[in-house]
Amino acid sequence: MSVVTLDRATIAINGRAVLKDISFAIEPGEFIGVLGPNGAGKTTLMRSILGLLPPTSGQLKVFGETPRCGNPAIGYLPQLRTVLPDLRVRGLDYIASSLNGERWGLPSLSAADRKAIEATLDDVGARDLASRALSDMSGGERQRLLLAQALMGQPKLLLLDEPLISLDARHQEVVIDVIKTVCRERKITVLFSAHELNQLLGAIDRVLYLGNGHAELGRVDEVVTAPVLSKLYGTEIEVLRAGGHIFVLSRGRDVERDAHNHDHGHHGHAH
Amino acid sequence: MFQYEFMINAFAAAGIVAVVSGVVGYFLVMRGQTFAGHALSHIGFAGATGAGLIGLAPLWGLIGFTLAAGIVMGLLSDRISNRDVAIGVVLSLSLGFGLLFLHYYTSFATQATALLFGNVLAVDHAMIATLAGLAVVTLGALAVIMRPLIFASLQPELAEAKGVPLRFISTAFLALVALAVAACAQIVGVLMVFTLMVGPAAAAQRLTKGLWSGLILSAAFALGEAWLGIVIAYHSDWPVSFCIAALSALVYFSALAWPTRRVEHVHTHHHAH
Repeated sequence: MSVVTLDRATIAINGRAVLKDISFAIEPGEFIGVLGPNGAGKTTLMRSILGLLPPTSGQLKVFGETPRCGNPAIGYLPQLRTVLPDLRVRGLDYIASSLNGERWGLPSLSAADRKAIEATLDDVGARDLASRALSDMSGGERQRLLLAQALMGQPKLLLLDEPLISLDARHQEVVIDVIKTVCRERKITVLFSAHELNQLLGAIDRVLYLGNGHAELGRVDEVVTAPVLSKLYGTEIEVLRAGGHIFVLSRGRDVERDAHNHDHGHHGHAH
Repeated sequence: MFQYEFMINAFAAAGIVAVVSGVVGYFLVMRGQTFAGHALSHIGFAGATGAGLIGLAPLWGLIGFTLAAGIVMGLLSDRISNRDVAIGVVLSLSLGFGLLFLHYYTSFATQATALLFGNVLAVDHAMIATLAGLAVVTLGALAVIMRPLIFASLQPELAEAKGVPLRFISTAFLALVALAVAACAQIVGVLMVFTLMVGPAAAAQRLTKGLWSGLILSAAFALGEAWLGIVIAYHSDWPVSFCIAALSALVYFSALAWPTRRVEHVHTHHHAH
């Protein structure tokens, strides 16, 4: 059974169709890189899978069922946009707040919960973050903390929304590596959205390219081609392959790099 | 000083209000909504003077206006967003209305200073009972929503995905802030609500990383500042609100200067590389 299936689905925000009439299926254990220009619907797609945004037409099935909020089989790492600067909450409490965080009453942290959190932090190589304050963590450490949180409760599907944003190249590699290792071991299906394809090339099984309301899912050599991307970007695109890297160019400019820089300037608010 | 009943009353009222302010303020700081708390108190000023104009007790006008404003602010945005300008305009307008109401009800003017700057030494038994009631309602309701409130404050996107009703939580919380502000204004006045609601909480967040330790420290700071403020005022004859404000500032800036664990952070950071 496919993990995520879209059948002629249209997903709209405030009446504007972001994804139009798209169909694809993601199989168990796949590591999918989700790419596309800003506003192409990467976050929107994840919010739909989470059950926050039902399709206006067509079908969306997650584990064969209509998505519902709070499905414990889905781990989610939201795009980091609300960084409260002076939040001196330690990592342990930060993750603990998400455990049964939807229940009413006073917060509590059982010994079993604490153990589970520490074990998961161990898995992503970040045990020391449990006692460190969020405000003292670097960008890479924060992403590891969020990744550990997404892995809590043994999810079968992981939705990672731009986990590489604001990380330097070396930290990006480390984060990708940790995700790849943990998810292969546990046979977790991954949707990993990013701005640049090249870092992901060694990790992903297939790529899901979004743009212009369309979606193309397939192997990198099938999807990342001039005709397919020209359709998705709605402009003439050139694809150059050199030294194991792929460059996606529009009128001689690297579209991915431009999008990335653009996002930095706006602190990731573009989505 | 405990031979005077008004002193005992002052300690009781200030104690109740300080604990509520410290606890509610902790979440206000965590959510980055301190300015909203400040605005609510100014809106309360219009309510209090308006109530005086139509012959009601100022406290009920204060509660009515802050509560209504808190709920409206919560409904308008389920995310904490930059609405500083809108809030600023509304709070100035409220102070303006307060002034207008005072203008038409001149005999009330003597109470204006008490409203603006607090008058804890004039608290009677009825007021203490009312404040205790407000405290029970506020802390009780906060205990009910605390878990999803923390989740929604720290990670709104994830909380939403897990089915936490963000808008309801944010509205309910601002309603509780409104009640706390109304109580707090009785002690330090509408202009100085920050001293008990934000100062202690912000200082506590600087000094602790744990959730419960921060909450308890925040309440303890507020209580200590309020009581010590009254003691200093008693011996010096300075206004109580000034003493509390001075202590609040002292504690806050001391906390800022306090060496946090940044030294250790730098160490582990290098180590990790």
